[in-house]
Amino acid sequence: MTLQIADSVSLSASGARAHAAAARDSLRTEPRAVRITIIALAITFLSVFVVLPLVVVFAQAFSKGILAYLAALAEPEALAAIRLTLLVAAISVGLNLVFGLVAAWAIAKFDFKGKTFLITLIDLPFSVSPVISGLVFVLLFGAQGYFGSWLRDHDVQILFAVPGIALATTFVTFPFVARALIPLMQEQGTQEEEAAISLGASGLQTFFRVTLPNIKWGVLYGVLLCNARAMGEFGAVSVVSGHIRGETNTMPLLVEILYNEYQFVAAFAIASLLAMLALITLIAKTVLERHLDEGQDVNDH
Amino acid sequence: MTIEVRNLIKKFGSFAALDGVDLKVDNGELLALLGPSGSGKTTLLRIIAGLDWPDSGDVSFNGEDALAQGARERHVGFVFQHYALFRHMTVFENVAFGLRVQPRAVRKDEATIRARVKELLDLVQLDWLADRYPSQLSGGQRQRIALARALAIEPRILLLDEPFGALDAKVRKELRRWLRSLHHEINVTSIFVTHDQEEALEVANRVVVMDKGRIEQIGSPDDVYESPASAFVHGFIGESIELPVQVDGGVVRLGDRQLPLAADGLVPGASKLFVRRHDMLVGPPGSGAFEGAVQHVRNFGPVQRAEVALSGGETIEIDAPRDRELRAGDTIGLEPRRYRIFAG
Amino acid sequence: MGLTLSWLSVIILIPLAGLFLKSFELSPEQFWAILASRRTLNALRVSFGLAFAAACVNLVMGSIIVWALVRYRFPGRRLFDAIVDVPFALPTAVAGVALTALFAEKGWLGAPLAALGIKVAFTPVGIFVAMIFIGIPFVVRTVQPVLQDLDPEIEEAAGSLGASRWQTIIRVILPSLAPALLTGLALAFARAVGEYGSVIFIAGNLPNVSEIAPLLIVIRLSEFRYADATAIAVVMLVVSFLIIFAVNRLQRWAQSRIPAR
Repeated sequence: MTLQIADSVSLSASGARAHAAAARDSLRTEPRAVRITIIALAITFLSVFVVLPLVVVFAQAFSKGILAYLAALAEPEALAAIRLTLLVAAISVGLNLVFGLVAAWAIAKFDFKGKTFLITLIDLPFSVSPVISGLVFVLLFGAQGYFGSWLRDHDVQILFAVPGIALATTFVTFPFVARALIPLMQEQGTQEEEAAISLGASGLQTFFRVTLPNIKWGVLYGVLLCNARAMGEFGAVSVVSGHIRGETNTMPLLVEILYNEYQFVAAFAIASLLAMLALITLIAKTVLERHLDEGQDVNDH
Repeated sequence: MTIEVRNLIKKFGSFAALDGVDLKVDNGELLALLGPSGSGKTTLLRIIAGLDWPDSGDVSFNGEDALAQGARERHVGFVFQHYALFRHMTVFENVAFGLRVQPRAVRKDEATIRARVKELLDLVQLDWLADRYPSQLSGGQRQRIALARALAIEPRILLLDEPFGALDAKVRKELRRWLRSLHHEINVTSIFVTHDQEEALEVANRVVVMDKGRIEQIGSPDDVYESPASAFVHGFIGESIELPVQVDGGVVRLGDRQLPLAADGLVPGASKLFVRRHDMLVGPPGSGAFEGAVQHVRNFGPVQRAEVALSGGETIEIDAPRDRELRAGDTIGLEPRRYRIFAG
Repeated sequence: MGLTLSWLSVIILIPLAGLFLKSFELSPEQFWAILASRRTLNALRVSFGLAFAAACVNLVMGSIIVWALVRYRFPGRRLFDAIVDVPFALPTAVAGVALTALFAEKGWLGAPLAALGIKVAFTPVGIFVAMIFIGIPFVVRTVQPVLQDLDPEIEEAAGSLGASRWQTIIRVILPSLAPALLTGLALAFARAVGEYGSVIFIAGNLPNVSEIAPLLIVIRLSEFRYADATAIAVVMLVVSFLIIFAVNRLQRWAQSRIPAR
């Protein structure tokens, strides 16, 4: 009898402890059922909206076998598009690298009037529809555009030719390099540069020997994202290219043309190259982000 | 509210944050948990609050098992070291928070809540800041708001984690005095954690000295200062002269020299002799237990601090009254007025 | 310095100035007539309406994803964290054809949905789906760092003051995230409004029904109706400006609430 009573007492005590264990968990987290639901929702959403489209690209590209896939990529039209895409990306990345560096340098290391306006300006291409980015070049250089007649008189072709495509791409990808560098350079401040100059280095020496080594991962990061966007740009390029087959079709434009002609294997074959570019970019970006974090840690200590 | 903690053990991996802690806190006490960082004092505080949980052991409030309750049922006011104010709420709303989240059945009406918050802001003397945001306050003001917020729920116990840790020296001193008088006014059983001995000795009724997850000594501020229970406490509280000595056969030795000090009841073996700096009395050469040469002298108000090279080879610092000027090069005798010898 | 400013004006300001100059060639009546035409109005309605709806979905789902990624540990968490960026990195045309293939009547998801009587591809629903796709990283990547940096002590403080977990989330955590959530919403909205590549394939592009404003600009351009294209573009550009402005204000608001430590 007495034993039984003692048992029931200790039982209720352990019941109370179990209740407390639940209470302890809930201070900074949610009940298990809620946790599982949230994780399931997140995984399902990402799988349906992000993973599946990616998988579809490769499934469609290889739907007629690897030979059909390779044949599609070996088409002269496809090769021309790849060449043009690489050329345009090289031009716009090169231009934006130089001017992104200069813009970030100016914004991070100097104070001047209209600085905030300048930062807003740099961000602008991110928030403008790519179609509008293309449109402004048509308005400038098109037959009825502001420079249209002058260009025609001097026999310079910008629109519906490589220069127009490169210009539109440069415009759209302008923010990437500068955006990657501004916070990095601001964080590093001007002390190292001032030290270098006080030790007798010239401005250019200071830039190449002090500033650039400090931001090299950031530069690479900006270039990477800039390149990915440059190769994949569709809206702006579509407006200015004129869609001349074999001449002014970049890879994304060729995807559209082939798709609209129901050449699905060929369209998705080109698309798979671009998707691969995206995946490689993402992987490289993850690696670079780790490098950038490490760099920051070193600076912290 | 009395608090009783029995045989509390808490490990983080292989590190024992609490290694068998027993503690009783009386109703209305203002208790300081004093110790270096890593001594387990904050862990103990968080377990009492229900923010952390022990691996084993018991915590009871007025004899009731506190571990059977979650943090939100314990009615414990907790003041965080970095205040943890809600930055999107005004000072007023921060203080009102605990009243607004009460279950509907017991929640007060808006007028009562407003009156109560006003009362609390008056109590911490910051009623004029009610409409500000935490980012607009100074550190000391934030700390007082955090305290008012914790008091809003009429806590059975008030816990403060390094309450003045993030403040500058001047504000700390002001707030210490203020906390003491506030405790006098509200008379809630309170525990605060600190690594600052001056703070603990000045504010608390009782001081608990902790090291490496264990309690080294519990006592009044005078007790822990005047009669430290262990080598650690003697070294941690107050400035001490520490000399390695050897005890055997009822004799205390420093190096080869035998010291004329009583060694009754001491465990034979390597030991440590502790003397407060101001407990070393200066005499003519040949008098006292030690002899040494004065190396440097510097004056600090009413005392002169002298660096003395003992003839045994050790160098110590003593605080002597300025009635007899010491000079570098003097040979003096030293006699400890009070001392303690601990094994180890 | 001078170089920077002149480059910026060449590459960004001159083209945009050109756009506004062109629109000033129109009389207000002409301008208004273009905008008030049924087709333009419908295109703007489709773009803005669906973009807003998609941004709202992104706000909710983005928050859930951020919560799962930051607060919970589950297998594949790092992979899913990286996957969030795919819509940023994937060229829009690729996303467009992929989503269309996925949601077409014979597609992997389109077929089961069609069996349920839901048609996605070549309807406004398709536009909505594409806009959700491209918007999701904006919400996740703006909110994620803020939630990561949220001081765990404020949740403990709320708990010790007696708040339930639900009250802590609604009254403490969500308000702390509000500026980031609104910024994410605005960015996702801005991106979806202007989106072209990933939408036009799946949209069906039926005038007045599933024709988005950027496509109408392209159509007007191909018809050499530059004035029409410009008018629509100006409206969209002004909205972009307003969104950037709002985002900047939001950021400043968020900054002002951070206590100076």
